[in-house]
Amino acid sequence: VAVAARTAELPRSVEEIRADFPILSREFGGRRVAYLDSAATAQKPEAVIEAISSYYRRSNANVHRSMHELAAEAEHLYEGGRAKVASLVGAPPREIVFVRNATEAINLVRYTWAREHVGAGDVVLISEMEHHSNVVPWQLLCQEQGAELQYLRVDDQGRLDLAELDERLAGGRVRLVAVAHVSNVLGTINPVGEISERAHAAGAMVLLDGSQAVPQMPVDVKVTGADFYAFTGHKMIGPTGIGVLWARRELLEEMPPFLGGGSMIKAVEDDHSTWATVPAKFEAGTPAIAEGVGLGAAADYLAALGMDAVRAHEVEVTAYALDRISALDGVTVHGPPDAAERGSLVSFAVEGIHPHDLAELCNREAVCIRAGHHFVQPLRRRLGVPATARASFSVYNTTAEVDRLIGALENAKRIFGV
Amino acid sequence: MDQLYREFILDHYTTPRNFAALEQRDAEFQDRNPLCGDEMGVHIKLAGDRIEDLRFHGTGCAISQATASIISDELKGKTVAEVAGLDRNFVTEEIGIELSPTRLKCGLLSLKVVQGALLGTDEWPSGTPEQDPDASEVARLRNEI
Repeated sequence: VAVAARTAELPRSVEEIRADFPILSREFGGRRVAYLDSAATAQKPEAVIEAISSYYRRSNANVHRSMHELAAEAEHLYEGGRAKVASLVGAPPREIVFVRNATEAINLVRYTWAREHVGAGDVVLISEMEHHSNVVPWQLLCQEQGAELQYLRVDDQGRLDLAELDERLAGGRVRLVAVAHVSNVLGTINPVGEISERAHAAGAMVLLDGSQAVPQMPVDVKVTGADFYAFTGHKMIGPTGIGVLWARRELLEEMPPFLGGGSMIKAVEDDHSTWATVPAKFEAGTPAIAEGVGLGAAADYLAALGMDAVRAHEVEVTAYALDRISALDGVTVHGPPDAAERGSLVSFAVEGIHPHDLAELCNREAVCIRAGHHFVQPLRRRLGVPATARASFSVYNTTAEVDRLIGALENAKRIFGV
Repeated sequence: MDQLYREFILDHYTTPRNFAALEQRDAEFQDRNPLCGDEMGVHIKLAGDRIEDLRFHGTGCAISQATASIISDELKGKTVAEVAGLDRNFVTEEIGIELSPTRLKCGLLSLKVVQGALLGTDEWPSGTPEQDPDASEVARLRNEI
């Protein structure tokens, strides 16, 4: 069935948008940097840098407990940041728990909900395309609880098989399905709505790792059907040191607290305490206030561009990169072949050149790509690749930068004689 | 001509010397470079406290694999005490080029596994940045930033 292509356009030219990101004017060896590593961390616009700087210059104070004017201002800015992030992902602010990053968000679920609900003989179901942040916490949980960790296979085109999901769920032991919304290794956009529906029908809960999704496409956490939705700030052009766990308020209220300390308590008795309302219950200690303010500015920046338009631009660049990289001799591209089915990244291997060497030779031309071990062991074995190179794109990237990548790859092939 | 990826290195990368298993061995060790997943293992046969024979096996980038190949012949005949004294300089002299901080672990992985096999250590050879921060390199980075 043909679906009318989205025609959302960015409100400003990519050149104007690029000018908002000071780092993009850096040069190495006389060459302008081509930053193709936004899936690792995105660059920051002036608006985010300025929000953080202005917070420290004008408004710094501790939140939640002081009566003075500066504290009120700090609180207003920090909670304003929460509200802006909430609005970007379609959630009420009270359901946005600020954590350090997506890893901490997932670990929060592991230490609170999962410890109470995943027991001996139960199954945590993840997939072969997960980031290690959505693998290792579940390995630790399963070891601790005597539960079993199972992996959904990824097919040759980087997709999950929903029939296999049904089979695993039919076993009746799955308590949690934890998968990436968009894979950081293959780029696959997973059918999260269907996954959630099937998991719920089988009595399992769903955690989605939205670290790659939120920066690049419209996300409404309720529409995903997830019970838990984790994402990080620094990949969505915000600061490092702040991320988000979203869950429905009733669920957050049922869960035991995570870290104990100040700010998360209602009353402290000699031998026990009662908990603050959510999300404060999960935010012990002085939070990353400036980062919360900065993340709010990032959410505002993205909202002003329009996530439909951000997505449309990135699909265009990704489609171009897929075409050009695939056209090189001896190159294998991993993941779904169609840019419309994937996030804005391309993982690839060049026969005869290790990705680390590719990244080094790209670096000589000021083209930043990622090389490394993105895959979990089972997938690595099956694809037969020890490591991959990855180019990833954000709203500030252009097809001209893809051309520079291709030039660098051609040069690497020349040097290695392949 | 690319300094790092010159013919000498690429030749050792594509046709590495002393890469195989040793059926008769007295020591072995393997490890990986956590940065990029380069894997390297070594099998060693001793005559007294001297390396009589040694073979590497592994997968990884050109620098990690070529370095193992290049230093392999040089290591044969060395005593355990001599191997203990080897550091970053040994490797960079053998391959004939300084390695940038980002590639140093690639270049030192083969020496690390040899020292691991013979000395029972899991430390990186001295001269690795985290082990022994190179003051001049730190200064250079400071100036650049």
